[in-house]
Amino acid sequence: MFRRRDGSPAIEGESITIYVEDAPVTCRPTDSVAAAVLLANPGYTRRTPVTNAPRAPYCMMGACFECLMEIDGIENQQTCMIPVRDGMRVQRQNGAPALPETAQPEETTDD
Amino acid sequence: MTDAVDLIVVGAGPAGLSAAVLASEHGLSVLLLDEQGAPGGQIYRNIEHNTANDPETCAILGPEYIHGASLAAACRQSSVTYTPDATVWRIDPNGAVTYSTDGAARTARARRVILATGAMERPVPIPGWTLPGVMTAGAAQTLLKSSAILPAGRVVVAGAGPLAMLVTQQLIAAGANVAALLETTRKRDYIGNALSLPQALSGQEYLRRGLAMRRAIRASGVPIHSGVTGLEAHGAGRVSSVRCRADGNRIAIDIDTLLLHDGVVPNVQATRQLGCIHEWNERQRYWRPLRDEWGASSIDVIAVAGDGAGISGARAAEFYGRLAALDAAHRLGRISRDDRDSAARPIRSAMRPHLAIRPLLDGVFAPSFTTPDADDTIICRCEEVTAGDIRAAVSQGAMGPNQLKAFTRCGMGPCQGRNCGLTAAELIAESQGVTVPEVGYFRLRPPIKPVTLGELAAMDLSETEPYAKYD
Repeated sequence: MFRRRDGSPAIEGESITIYVEDAPVTCRPTDSVAAAVLLANPGYTRRTPVTNAPRAPYCMMGACFECLMEIDGIENQQTCMIPVRDGMRVQRQNGAPALPETAQPEETTDD
Repeated sequence: MTDAVDLIVVGAGPAGLSAAVLASEHGLSVLLLDEQGAPGGQIYRNIEHNTANDPETCAILGPEYIHGASLAAACRQSSVTYTPDATVWRIDPNGAVTYSTDGAARTARARRVILATGAMERPVPIPGWTLPGVMTAGAAQTLLKSSAILPAGRVVVAGAGPLAMLVTQQLIAAGANVAALLETTRKRDYIGNALSLPQALSGQEYLRRGLAMRRAIRASGVPIHSGVTGLEAHGAGRVSSVRCRADGNRIAIDIDTLLLHDGVVPNVQATRQLGCIHEWNERQRYWRPLRDEWGASSIDVIAVAGDGAGISGARAAEFYGRLAALDAAHRLGRISRDDRDSAARPIRSAMRPHLAIRPLLDGVFAPSFTTPDADDTIICRCEEVTAGDIRAAVSQGAMGPNQLKAFTRCGMGPCQGRNCGLTAAELIAESQGVTVPEVGYFRLRPPIKPVTLGELAAMDLSETEPYAKYD
């Protein structure tokens, strides 16, 4: 539910594209990832680990940590503090992270 | 590797920029660390880009914003080692400052440290404030400054304080669809603080600007409701309406974005982590580090300047930065006590008009959301601890904020209490029938910003002395 004031998506010659939940967003170099995410409007940026409630950026200055998202596979990135970089892939994080699957010892079979 | 300099300044807002520049002019080697990618702090965010490329945004933000360009330019032209994108996460009382930049952590060492970490918006814990679509007024202004981005649908600004009014006016000027300004300030708050008026008149520029903002909002046809109570955000999965009472009437407005504001408070994460002594400001209900007239804190090598040392506004912050720089130059043997004092005299008289308005502002815009009534209102956003949870913990014997952590996890999430610390202490004090200073605050420990194992692993510890021990 946000838009560019002047309606134009990018500054000429400085266009950057990032992907928010796989949808492309045209950005300007001064945009934070959170600002670009608000333009893309995925509804929420994370679900809380405690009750799975949806949250979205609140303070935009690094104080509230509501904008934590996964960027290029790395979780818990403070997206309001990180400038956009061409080709970034940004995903929402949903609740508490799952533990990596425990490696099962391979069954040995007698040939 | 450990860099050693005379002075480290943390924060490149008005206080930090002016402190760093003046200290360098007195021959000190200065390292200026800032979390943002460009100088200006929150108040002058993106000032270099906007003044060079975006005259329309500058026109909306006004001459008070453009003023910051001269501070940023002075820093660029100085001998200050300005390091952007540097997140400071540990400061030691011996002047060691540890920060992360470019995926690696490092420690710099200085004979003196000036903390210019600025202000943050006071938490506004109303029912529904965690819903997507509810943000702070400052967040909307940040989007305007950094990205020329506006709320697309209907927006309401609610709460109190000069910034609430300023953001309302700027959003209207930028073409946003503002449905109303809901201010908790009552008409009698304006009248009841008339005693502060004679003093405020010496800062009449601020009064003139405040009245002009109100006139501009009214002239645009956007209604201002004063004396609002019972503010609530509603919606399923996202905010869709705001409700409150004003003048005995129920108000409900359908919205897409709700912007909350209840004044700003010093960002004390760094000074708390250091163990500086703090004092309670009863009128504005915030903590600030104890400091002398030069900004020297209770810890020998640490000074504070700007709103992080107590809310005085951006222009006063600039002067506080200069005073702290003069004191640093004196303590490090560059200027005599007499030279420091005589150089400070014009600074102190120049800042007077900027301080004159404060008693009036502090009185008119007293905080409104300090102790939420409804037990199901979330206080700690990270750990989802409600007002009722905190009241229950107190009745079960939690003595103060630090025990509250063990009872509820309040303040133990990623924001480290930034958005619940003040409210939690207020609720404990209210429940116990004591004052907030008797209750105290969370004990903060480093790292004060999240740090990855990779950043730690990239540290060169070959020249690092053992860290000071913490209790």
